[in-house]
Amino acid sequence: MKTICINCPMGCPLDITEEEGKVVVRGYTCKRGLEYGVSEYTSPVRTVTTLMRTSDGGVVPVKTSRPVPKGRMFDVLERIRSLTAPADADIGFVAESDVLGLGSDIVVTGRPAPHPAK
Amino acid sequence: MKKFDVLVIGGGPAGMAAAIAADAKGASVLLVERDVRLGGILNQCIHAGFGLHYFGEELTGPEYADRFEKRLAKTGVKVMLGAMALSLGGDGEVLLLSPEEGAVHVKAGATVLAMGCRERTAGAIALAGTRPAGIYTAGMAQKMCNIEGYLVGKRIVILGSGDIGLIMARRMTLEGAHVERVIELMPYSGGLKRNIVQCLEDFGIPIDYSHTVTRVVGKPRMEGLYYAPVDENRRPVLSEEKFIPCDCLLLSVGLIPENDILNGSGVKLSRVTSGAEVDENRMTSLPGVFSCGNVLHVHDLVDNVSHEAEIAGSAAAEYALHGAPPTNGELHAVTPGKGVRYALPQVIHGGSGSVEVFFRTDNVYKNCKVVAECAGRTLYSKKRMIVAPGEMEKIALKKEDLDGDVTVRLEI
Repeated sequence: MKTICINCPMGCPLDITEEEGKVVVRGYTCKRGLEYGVSEYTSPVRTVTTLMRTSDGGVVPVKTSRPVPKGRMFDVLERIRSLTAPADADIGFVAESDVLGLGSDIVVTGRPAPHPAK
Repeated sequence: MKKFDVLVIGGGPAGMAAAIAADAKGASVLLVERDVRLGGILNQCIHAGFGLHYFGEELTGPEYADRFEKRLAKTGVKVMLGAMALSLGGDGEVLLLSPEEGAVHVKAGATVLAMGCRERTAGAIALAGTRPAGIYTAGMAQKMCNIEGYLVGKRIVILGSGDIGLIMARRMTLEGAHVERVIELMPYSGGLKRNIVQCLEDFGIPIDYSHTVTRVVGKPRMEGLYYAPVDENRRPVLSEEKFIPCDCLLLSVGLIPENDILNGSGVKLSRVTSGAEVDENRMTSLPGVFSCGNVLHVHDLVDNVSHEAEIAGSAAAEYALHGAPPTNGELHAVTPGKGVRYALPQVIHGGSGSVEVFFRTDNVYKNCKVVAECAGRTLYSKKRMIVAPGEMEKIALKKEDLDGDVTVRLEI
């Protein structure tokens, strides 16, 4: 696979292959690039941030407490869409523990905007 | 007439950090914010990536804002929400408009400007074509999505590949829209590599460098747009124009420091940053008026905004309580040299202690050297593998070493 290293503005183009059972990274120029290439090839993970419906029909922002496998991002999103957070959930409220058994919780990260005084 | 030691205008990351720092110095502080809550644009930046430098952990925007709001709540800072600063007089008097209190004149010992930026719009870039529904600035779409829960389009094109544009490409995709492509005028992205990979590559969203939108079509709703490559003078090559059907165009084409209240105040503005020119304490040319955060110059990391605002807030409190800080009477200009677009602060007072100089380059350069010189002497010289306009650089200088104006430049 081909990707770009994200560790610094150089953005070294990485070419990652598996040869004789070993992960081989080409194109990196520092140690961080090599480590990044290996982890992107073997087990890429991402923190998912999205919105969750609240019980009063609004939305609050949520995140996965730990990064989840990149290939499961849309499964996690679909699960979050089926959930509802209490309207008064504060920052840090755990809306679901261990989402899809991935070892990550769905945590509320913000409060709904207060309505301006009428 | 209300009297405070320090008035802070704006309750985003810069204003909150400045107010907390001024309070810590023993000043009485009034913080005014025009929105219904504190936090500014952080409230709509629900993605992660904030706070790695300042807090040593990765937070989302609302979480970063909440950390500062909680700190602020423990101080004596008076917060006025829903209030707009209308003008700043040459004598430092500020006119505020508040729904509860009407017109309020505030005379503070020092004022900190922390109003942030607004976005450049379709009008600002003279976008050709019709004016259909479906054209938004990226930040406006972000607010409608993340705060209000509306998806502004289903087939989306993004013009501009700064971080806000890239982040919105991912947000729209995660919420079920199809992002057709990102179009960038320059031959490189102004955004972080991390965002190129995690916002575009992860979702297979193509990016066209050295291209621009030539016109939009549709009325009353957007039906599509034409785009074309640009020549070396950044003029579109119309013979190669292509059409993309889409119902939404997001614009991520630059930020403008919101300094309108300074009109007529006498505060000197930089023609490059559109923010005030400041000294190392972030004091502007108008004594007692300080500036920090994105209203001073556009930052890539909120962590840097918080640090800069603490410098401004502390110095504003010192100024209000004890007057101008002692100097040896010398004033050294900091000017950008070859390869450098601007350097900040623009002036440094003589004296002792360390000063950080922030700067941005005017292009992407590899294997170059950053050099700071003073009267023909080299103060700083260090190799960089790469510098880019999208990544703010900084160097540390010692005031003791300065005996004339300073130039920051690149050896390419």
